[in-house]
Amino acid sequence: MKAYKLVAMIALLGLSVGAMAESVPDEKIATLRLAPLNIEPTPPAMQKVVNNDVKQVRSYPMQPPVIPHKIDGYQIDLKVNKCIQCHSRTSASSAPMVSVTHYMDRDNNFLTNLSPRRYFCTQCHAPQLDAKLLVENDFIDIEQLIKAKAAVKH
Amino acid sequence: MFAKLFEQLKLVWKVLLRPSVHYSLGFLTIGGFIAGIIFWGGFNTALELGNSEQFCISCHEMENNVYKELQTTIHFTNRSGVRATCSDCHVPHNWTDKIARKMQASKEVWGKIFGTINTREKFEGKRRELAEHEWKRLKANDSLECRNCHNFEYMDFTRQSKRASDMHSTSLASGDKTCIDCHKGIAHHLPDMTGVEGF
Repeated sequence: MKAYKLVAMIALLGLSVGAMAESVPDEKIATLRLAPLNIEPTPPAMQKVVNNDVKQVRSYPMQPPVIPHKIDGYQIDLKVNKCIQCHSRTSASSAPMVSVTHYMDRDNNFLTNLSPRRYFCTQCHAPQLDAKLLVENDFIDIEQLIKAKAAVKH
Repeated sequence: MFAKLFEQLKLVWKVLLRPSVHYSLGFLTIGGFIAGIIFWGGFNTALELGNSEQFCISCHEMENNVYKELQTTIHFTNRSGVRATCSDCHVPHNWTDKIARKMQASKEVWGKIFGTINTREKFEGKRRELAEHEWKRLKANDSLECRNCHNFEYMDFTRQSKRASDMHSTSLASGDKTCIDCHKGIAHHLPDMTGVEGF
C-alpha cells in the first residue's frame, strides 16, 4: 500500500513538471479569431456556396455525400424536414432518394419513414464552398493507394 | 318614437330636394369636389396606414411570431436591398380585392380582442390552420401576390440554378403548378406538414 502511494506521488510530481515544461506563452497560441480578444478583426469575405447540382464523388465509401446546392433557410425541425420534400421516396423531383440506411433503426429494422436518428440531414451532410483551402489537405483516396501499391509490386 | 324619427328624416329629405338658397352653385360644386378629394385622400391614406409594417407589428402576435421569422429570410434582407413587407404578400394590390381583404381582416380584429393567438403556444397551435388559409388564398389567385414582383414573363432561366429552371420551365410554365405549391414557408416557419401535398 505504501509503495503504491509513493508511486502515485512520483507520477503526480512528474506530471506537474511536464506540464510546466510544456506551457506556451499566450501570444504563441493560435486562435481561430487570429486576433486578441479585445480586437474585432475584419472577417474574411463570405464565400459562395456551390449550387451547380452536380453530384460529387465521395472521398471514401462511407462518406455522407456532400450537398451540391444551397440550403439557405431550409427548415429541419420537429414539424417539417425541408430536405425530404425532394429527397423522399415518393417525391416527383429528380433529387436522389435518401439512402435506405436512413430508414433503419439502430437494430437494423426498417421503418416506414425516416429514422429519428437520421432525421437531421445537416448533422452529416453539408453544402460546399467554392473557396481556397485554408490548410493543405494531404488526404489520399484509397483507390490511389491501391494503385500505387500495385505499381510498386510490378 | 319611430313616427317622430320618420318625420325628421322626411324633413331632411325635403331639404335635400330643395335647391340651395344661400350657397352658389359654384361653391357647392367646387366645394364638393375639393371635399371629395380630401375625404377620398383621407380614406386612402388610412387604408395605406393599415398596410404599413408598423401597423401590422403593433400587435405582439405579429411582432413576436411571424415578423421575427420574416427577418431571417431573403424577403427581409438581401443583396439588392428590396424588401417585401407584410402587406406586399398578404394584401392584394388592386382595389376591389384589397377592400375585400380588408373586410376579411375584421375577423383578425375579433381574434385580437378575444386573444385567439395571444401566447406563443396558442399561436403554434393555430399555425397550421392559419398557414392553410394563406396557401388556399394564394392557390386560388394563382399566387398573385408573388407575381406582383416575380413575373414569369421576365424570368431568365439561364440565370437560375438548374433545379430552378427545370421546375419553372415545366410545371410553372404549363400552369400545372403555381408558386405556392413549391415555395411554402419561404417567409415564415412551416407548421407540422404531415399530410400536405408535396411534403
